[in-house]
Amino acid sequence: MSANGSKPKFAMYWAASCGGCEIAVLNIHEKILDVDANFEVVFWPVAMDAKYKDVEAMPDESITLTLFNGGMRNSENEEMAHLMRRKSKILVAFGSCAIEGCIPGLANFSSTQEIFDAAYNTTSTDNPQSIRPQFDYSVPEGELRIPEFYPVLKTLDQVVKVDYYMPGCPPESHQIAAVIDLVIKALHGEAQLPPPGSVIGAGNSTVCDECPRKRNEKAIKQFTRIQDLQTPDPVLCLLEQGIPCNGPATRSGCGALCPQAGAQCIGCYGPAEGVLDFGARLMTAFASVIDSKDPDEIERILDGLVDPAGQFYRFGLAGSLLRAAKPAFSKQ
Amino acid sequence: MADQEQFEPVIIGFTCNWCSYRAADLAGTARIKYPPNVRLIRLMCSGRLDPTFVLKALSGGADAVLITGCHPGECHYIEQNYKAMRRFLLMRRTLAQMGIEPGRIKLVWASAAEGVKLAQEITNMVEEIRALGPLNWPKPADGNGHLSVKPELEEVAA
Repeated sequence: MSANGSKPKFAMYWAASCGGCEIAVLNIHEKILDVDANFEVVFWPVAMDAKYKDVEAMPDESITLTLFNGGMRNSENEEMAHLMRRKSKILVAFGSCAIEGCIPGLANFSSTQEIFDAAYNTTSTDNPQSIRPQFDYSVPEGELRIPEFYPVLKTLDQVVKVDYYMPGCPPESHQIAAVIDLVIKALHGEAQLPPPGSVIGAGNSTVCDECPRKRNEKAIKQFTRIQDLQTPDPVLCLLEQGIPCNGPATRSGCGALCPQAGAQCIGCYGPAEGVLDFGARLMTAFASVIDSKDPDEIERILDGLVDPAGQFYRFGLAGSLLRAAKPAFSKQ
Repeated sequence: MADQEQFEPVIIGFTCNWCSYRAADLAGTARIKYPPNVRLIRLMCSGRLDPTFVLKALSGGADAVLITGCHPGECHYIEQNYKAMRRFLLMRRTLAQMGIEPGRIKLVWASAAEGVKLAQEITNMVEEIRALGPLNWPKPADGNGHLSVKPELEEVAA
């Protein structure tokens, strides 16, 4: 890392996320040298040592580019979101977690009580005394406090203004490399950044558009889980084979990797352009292809979709119109 | 009665231009009364009903959603009401997983001649929702989430 203070500053922070986004950034291979050549990395907890107070000491808007991944699971996450927003010129909601909650956001189906039971009191947890974290705790040395757990996980733009959205779980490395190239060019005055609020590093269409599988008129008599199919057709559209594929609602940009490998799209690139609610778009898509006019038969076909809400909101529950299921709002 | 405050549900009703909207109209001209709790929105067809509309209504403060359309086999656009039915059935399952009672969304077929039937269905539904109580879906705590960002309106020539 260069000590040259004149280089634009770069930061990356993780809130409620898995760390896959950081790996995706490192996966841009030798392009990471361009990042180092063009930016001074000032804060990146996964890659270098720095303290929150170091960031607090920086002048406002002194970080040119911050990639923020992860959702708002607790008060620490939200505090850091506000801090990074204040210190950054460009704040990118990086990856599905920051944009729409992603897998950590699936906890929005459950009450806080259920989440804590699952974390601290299931048979696989060795916790005979049922010890639970205490948010405030008095010790002889003083008062100890840990961040407050939020009953409903929030997305980054539900707490601060976000300049750009970069979807994916994680974003594809070639897309990250392209975005970094663009930002570097823009810094040299050779390119223009897209208007604020844009989705970057992804396409404007759907995964189906990038999928090379053969498509015909769809008419489904049965939904089947892919693992239950004896001989899946290697070239035919997966949805036409009755496999619930999320391609019709998912933003393009990944290159339809999963369908090409014989697995259904699970929707990690989030809603396609113009789609307000990912699940609603998929409900439309799935209902349209069911080949029946008889309510009883339709119900029987729908039985093949074992977990519709999980299918439709695997990545986007926290960013969807309803944001959570009712139990999560109950504050228990 | 002033001494007891009764819960007045808000129900968003989607009607089809060719049948249920006319049924509601007929109820009006025939002076058939139905409770004012339902706010009717006219679509060209029940097949136009995007589940987004329902989710937006419920998350935005409605207590229930009524979807109406032409009887099976009588769709002006041949078979779009079947699509509406399939969407409705799938939506009801999904919403149940979100903790929303299945009774909060309802599908009713009403032809242009069935003003009395539609008025009766609305009356029944209002009572059912009154019994269920308010949905009261929580709103984002602060106003800067993308949910509150209004899309830019495009001017369309009349």
